[in-house]
Amino acid sequence: MATRQLGAKKLRVLPGFRLTLGYTLLYLSLIVLIPLAAVFWKTSTLSWPQFCHAVASPVALASYRLTFGASFLAALVNAVFGLIVAWVLVRYKFFGKRLVDALVDLPFALPTAVAGITLATLYAENGWIGQFFSSSSHWHVYFHLPAIKISFTRLGVFVALTFIGLPFIVRTVQPVLEDLDSELEEAAASLGANRWQIFWRVIFPMLSPALLTGFALAFARALGEYGSVVFISSNIPMKTQITPLLIMTKLEEFDYAGATAIAAVMLVVSFVLLLAINLLQWWNSRHHAASLS
Amino acid sequence: MTSVSTSSVPPRVVQRRATTESPFVRAFLIGTTFLFLGLFLILPLISIFVQAFAKGWDFYFHTLADPMAWSAIKLTLIAAGIAVPLNCLFGVAAAWLIAKFDFRGKNVLLTLIDLPFSVSPVISGLIYVLVFGAQGWFGPWLSDHNIQIIFAVPGIVLATIFVTFPFVARELIPLMQAQGRTEEEAARVLGASGWQTFWRVTIPNIKWGLLYGVILCNARAMGEFGAVSVVSGHIRGQTNTIPLHVEILYNEYNFTGAFAVASLLTFLALVTLALKTWVEYRNSELRGTAFTPAPITKKAG
Repeated sequence: MATRQLGAKKLRVLPGFRLTLGYTLLYLSLIVLIPLAAVFWKTSTLSWPQFCHAVASPVALASYRLTFGASFLAALVNAVFGLIVAWVLVRYKFFGKRLVDALVDLPFALPTAVAGITLATLYAENGWIGQFFSSSSHWHVYFHLPAIKISFTRLGVFVALTFIGLPFIVRTVQPVLEDLDSELEEAAASLGANRWQIFWRVIFPMLSPALLTGFALAFARALGEYGSVVFISSNIPMKTQITPLLIMTKLEEFDYAGATAIAAVMLVVSFVLLLAINLLQWWNSRHHAASLS
Repeated sequence: MTSVSTSSVPPRVVQRRATTESPFVRAFLIGTTFLFLGLFLILPLISIFVQAFAKGWDFYFHTLADPMAWSAIKLTLIAAGIAVPLNCLFGVAAAWLIAKFDFRGKNVLLTLIDLPFSVSPVISGLIYVLVFGAQGWFGPWLSDHNIQIIFAVPGIVLATIFVTFPFVARELIPLMQAQGRTEEEAARVLGASGWQTFWRVTIPNIKWGLLYGVILCNARAMGEFGAVSVVSGHIRGQTNTIPLHVEILYNEYNFTGAFAVASLLTFLALVTLALKTWVEYRNSELRGTAFTPAPITKKAG
């Protein structure tokens, strides 16, 4: 299969181009592209009013608000704490560092259903963490603090999405922080900048593309999350029902058209985010390369 | 380097202090890290095992020895046993194609391979319902021929393949791109056949990356919940995987039982993390630049 034509643009020494191209495209089409196309095909069989009815019903709108809002807040919290975790892991030496570094990936490795039942139990009113927020806890009694319910509320959805998104920021910021040139910091310090100024004026601008990429990845992941949320949320329509669960509910009611229409909206959002993330990563790598040279 | 004597400060120490934080800030940041990770990672991890053994060892083993639990374990092993090798084969083929040849549309292909990661698990299941379900494209034909895919084992396998689709490919593509083509080209010029080149040159070069991808792929395949939940009929003993079995026990208020089964998956997750750390460690120590695993979150290419 090695093509050795005189005047050919490229001399192909290695074999297998047609085989791997054919196989890759066939497998990709069968498993991913054709089934995904089915969503848009099914949606296109709906009339415009039917589509709007499914996609813009009050229940659907409430689920978008919750899904997008909780995902955004969770990604934001992760951006702050993820940056601190990445910073600590790259810059400091302390006992248990290797273990902490390995554990950061736990939300990737732990099945979402397991995360869901665990977080639901921990943050329930009688759970290890939830009890400190319930009305029966000591300081709530002393200070007459309002009790905060976490599991089975919107706050619970936020907790689950924070857990899920945790590794994304750490793992995107960490390599950039590792490669950061200390000379710039030294130069800033010798020119009289204090540590806080150095962080905000020198380090933070260099980290921001990675931080934004990590934020977008965590946000995108949280939008589609299902397994961990269904256990910690009470799943009440209009209140604590996330969009993936709404799709699930419609499927269980055999409302395939309605489920598919909402799925199509979610898919379009995911694809736009994917595009944004790719652009960010491209910017990130350019930024990164520029800062190294 | 924390305690600095006041009388004679060597210049090196002064310089170091200019580019690091005060011990107080340092302790605060490390403390915050432990608090945040403790609350979100370590405490949940401990609580799984505490809850699993809340009713003692007897109950634990009784739950795991249940025939329904066994059939769930078996089905999970079947699904992962089919999905992982297929995606492994695809990953090697796609990485060979992308790393060894130049062609138009390569970036589009890279994005398409990553697509399943940006699709919600629920939608990953839904798409197969639309294709193979009773109202789907092939629904009537399948029911005429008495073949059931949705709400049966094949649907679970398909959904598992979909959600684990990019894992091996995205590990191998950047690795093989970084390694270039010269070694394979040298082997070819010296007279090795295509397959010889692949088995004797490429495979030894990529084996760690391959292992890394397989570990992550397997963890996701065994733990997938959302996508499998859509296409499974939730029939006990027939179409239940381990995560679905956890859900059933939990919804029956058998919390200890649910956590007992969940502890199996948690154990798998911990083994996955340990193996992953070991592969990363081995490769950074032994071969330096030869293989640095791409972080899971990083897009290939």
